[in-house]
Amino acid sequence: MPASDKPVWLDIGPITQIEPGMAATLPVEGGEEIAVFHTMGGNFYALINKCPHKQGPLSQGIVHGDSVSCPLHNWRISLKNGKALGDDEGCTPTIPLKIDAGRIYLLREAILPGKSSPFSASLAA
Amino acid sequence: MNAQSKIASPPRKKLVVIGNGMAGCRAVEEILEREAERFDIVIFGAEPRVNYNRIMLSPVLAGEKTFDEIVINPAQWYDEHDITLVSGDPVRTIDRERNAVIAASGRTEQYDKLLIATGSDPFIIPVDGHDLTGVVTFRDLDDVDRMLTAAEKGGDAVVIGGGLLGLEAAHGLTLRGMNVTVIHLMPTLMERQLDEAAGYLLRQELENRGQTILTSANTKAILGVDGRVVAVELEDGSRIKADIVVMAVGIRPATALAKSAGLDCERGILVNDHMVTSDPDILAVGECVQHRGLCYGLVAPLWEMCRSLADHVTDQPSGYQGSVTSTKLKVSGIDLFSAGDFSGGEDCEDIVMRDAARGVYKRVVLKDDRIIGAVLYGDTADGNWYFDLLRNEQNVSDIREALIFGQAFASGGALADPNFAVAALSDDAEICGCNGVSKGKVVQCISGGAHSVDAVRSQCKASASCGSCTGLVESLLAISLGDEVESGPKTMCSCTSFTHDDVRRLIIEKELKLIPEVMQELHWTTPDGCSSCRPALNYYLLCAWPAEYKDDEKSRFVNERLHANIQKDGTYSVVPRMWGGLTNPRELRAIADVVEKYDAPMVKVTGGQRLDIFGIKKEDLPAVWGDLNAAGMVSGHAYGKALRTVKTCVGTEWCRFGTQDSTGFGVKLEQATWGSYMPHKFKMAVSGCPRNCAEATIKDFGVVCVDSGYELHIGGNGGIKVRATDLLCKVETEDEAMQICLGFVQLYREDAHYLERTAPWLERKGLDWIKAQLFDDPERIGRLAARFRTSQKYWQVDPWERRADGHQRKLHSHLATIRPELEDA
Repeated sequence: MPASDKPVWLDIGPITQIEPGMAATLPVEGGEEIAVFHTMGGNFYALINKCPHKQGPLSQGIVHGDSVSCPLHNWRISLKNGKALGDDEGCTPTIPLKIDAGRIYLLREAILPGKSSPFSASLAA
Repeated sequence: MNAQSKIASPPRKKLVVIGNGMAGCRAVEEILEREAERFDIVIFGAEPRVNYNRIMLSPVLAGEKTFDEIVINPAQWYDEHDITLVSGDPVRTIDRERNAVIAASGRTEQYDKLLIATGSDPFIIPVDGHDLTGVVTFRDLDDVDRMLTAAEKGGDAVVIGGGLLGLEAAHGLTLRGMNVTVIHLMPTLMERQLDEAAGYLLRQELENRGQTILTSANTKAILGVDGRVVAVELEDGSRIKADIVVMAVGIRPATALAKSAGLDCERGILVNDHMVTSDPDILAVGECVQHRGLCYGLVAPLWEMCRSLADHVTDQPSGYQGSVTSTKLKVSGIDLFSAGDFSGGEDCEDIVMRDAARGVYKRVVLKDDRIIGAVLYGDTADGNWYFDLLRNEQNVSDIREALIFGQAFASGGALADPNFAVAALSDDAEICGCNGVSKGKVVQCISGGAHSVDAVRSQCKASASCGSCTGLVESLLAISLGDEVESGPKTMCSCTSFTHDDVRRLIIEKELKLIPEVMQELHWTTPDGCSSCRPALNYYLLCAWPAEYKDDEKSRFVNERLHANIQKDGTYSVVPRMWGGLTNPRELRAIADVVEKYDAPMVKVTGGQRLDIFGIKKEDLPAVWGDLNAAGMVSGHAYGKALRTVKTCVGTEWCRFGTQDSTGFGVKLEQATWGSYMPHKFKMAVSGCPRNCAEATIKDFGVVCVDSGYELHIGGNGGIKVRATDLLCKVETEDEAMQICLGFVQLYREDAHYLERTAPWLERKGLDWIKAQLFDDPERIGRLAARFRTSQKYWQVDPWERRADGHQRKLHSHLATIRPELEDA
């Protein structure tokens, strides 16, 4: 199987770098900043760091259950699918994420859409 | 051509099994059950013994079972089935060209079918000292023997890893008389199986049993003397004495052999639904495999895998569909059960029941009327029932109301209506255990006019303490009054049936000192609260226990977490404190330098007489604060539910109308009160004469100086709803004014609801109530002021200084930057 057909997962480091109930950010050159969340229940999620309402940085919100409350106007966003909850409508794109052997991986093609084959992504702290 | 008269049976194929553990042997049993004659079987085992039940090693360690009791297949089983067991001689090579395996001793066996069941290896964290004598894992009987030998001498044991395995090891070592410390990297024990609430209960119980539990603790090194372990050193520099260290941080599928044979592996050995690897002659089963992206570390999936494997090799393929797993902790006296997905989510619904008196926490997660997850602590009797409903994906909408009470309740016909069950209770049945109130008394109280939960609470005390019987009281109200039940005052949020006042009172009465503790004791209906109750609880706790409480940053709104004001573009504004609105050339230069150095696009004078620097990035905040600190400025708390500013006019020092030193007094007020967190923002002002240039009569606490002294005003607000202050009193000296200010601030801090400004608080409580609280008992105000000063001893710290020093750097930095780059570059 040619390598390009396989999903490529980008290692963004150990799960311990984000405390439960907190989030961390990953700027993307030429793309949208990503927020990675660690819920109190122990789940990890990655979303574009923008509220669908007024683009507030979701990474700075209070995380409760599997949702985050946007710091700007308190919209509640589902971390599972990026959708606004309650009476609000809107959706933030999510990035597929997996945990393997204590490390967090993001799906590369979801981070840099349309730049799949001639590009690879690298981390620089 | 065959000279023999009887027809020869077809020659048997040869099955070689690598791994004499639970998976390998179970697979063989399943195959034998279907077709006993199909294979000649050889089993290789790395351990020098027969097959035993690995999950029962914990009871062996704890002294509850012996090795003989956990043997699954004794030597005669191998004999009876003509199985060759090669134990203590691990396979080193798989030669796929020749269909053969070669063991360490050089022994070679040909195969027609090969089954890999190598299980998993304990994960060893590669810290310094991990190879010292006395550092053991917890995987096989040899490990247990090593632990038992160490335990004979007593002393100190450190278990690294607070998961299932680690806690079972810790329990065993505790029973064997060792002094045990558990070091866990994450903040919650067993975080993969438990939510925060259940993890908290488990921790309490283990601590009561004498174990020391250190969470959020990162092992830095294992220290030794003469090659033997003596202590474990943590990242924070602390050291824990250790005669033995058990590493139980996790397991990894053992794939080395499969990988070296060129089989497709990711985390585990890749298999299809029939447990066939990328080589059709080679099968794999158990903890070493990865099926549909999942690796399992529990025993239940293994049985299902072995069934489909046996079906496949005996030509009646069925196919393994993956497993839903459940977990029970094998620590005697601790009942704990978890299954499925209890992480919740937007289309999921949580049903939570807490019974603080019995130490019970139950949580069932529903999605589309079906159970998808459950966590039970303290009462696991219904664990299997929930697990069955979960696995069968049974629709539970009919029994939803009573589901959390368990099978007996939910499937009991009329009992499924909780009101019915309550109606059936006798009059002397106890409703409220805390206050000893019977059903008869509650009904009497209701017919006497108490038509709401709150009225019942205040009149007969039922459900007024821990609240666990609130549901029963509600049922009694519904039975007695039907639609005439009055809803009580608003609860704090939808996570609880208690009001803000109840929660504040109970925090003190029951000495609750942590957020998870409040949620457990007061029967929160959500696992970890919401963005409305978390910040409120954080404030209530820090106000109630100023000396002990440790601020919970994840329960803070962003501005209070980053100590700056978030703006619509995600940047922050920074307001340094200028006492009473005074400044000087040094401060102004420092502010000007910051504006230029960090390219701040705007600086603005605020309504509270400060300078606000806009457009600072979160990464730059610590450096900005460092620069401002260097010029002697501290946080202005313009971002906080806290003392904001004290606005002043120039007073007697310059003004021809001034009657007192309003500027000087404003500075003193601000120096006494800065840094204090409040239910909401709190603003003050001091005007030097009744012309009131500092606008003191729209502040939370305003001072208007007059010739004869100071008029003290409270409850003003210049916001959405403008409210002029009420006059609280008039005093003659600055000292009296200061004392009353501190007393008033503390009364507000201790009584108001979170996010309630002084204006609505005053209107709710009444000016007379506030005056009575402050002045009826002449000593009361002194006690309030003293409590405020005590709190300030702990909380009047500049949060900027610590951040500028690098504390909580994570909050200000990115995890990493992702850069696209050419593959060839």
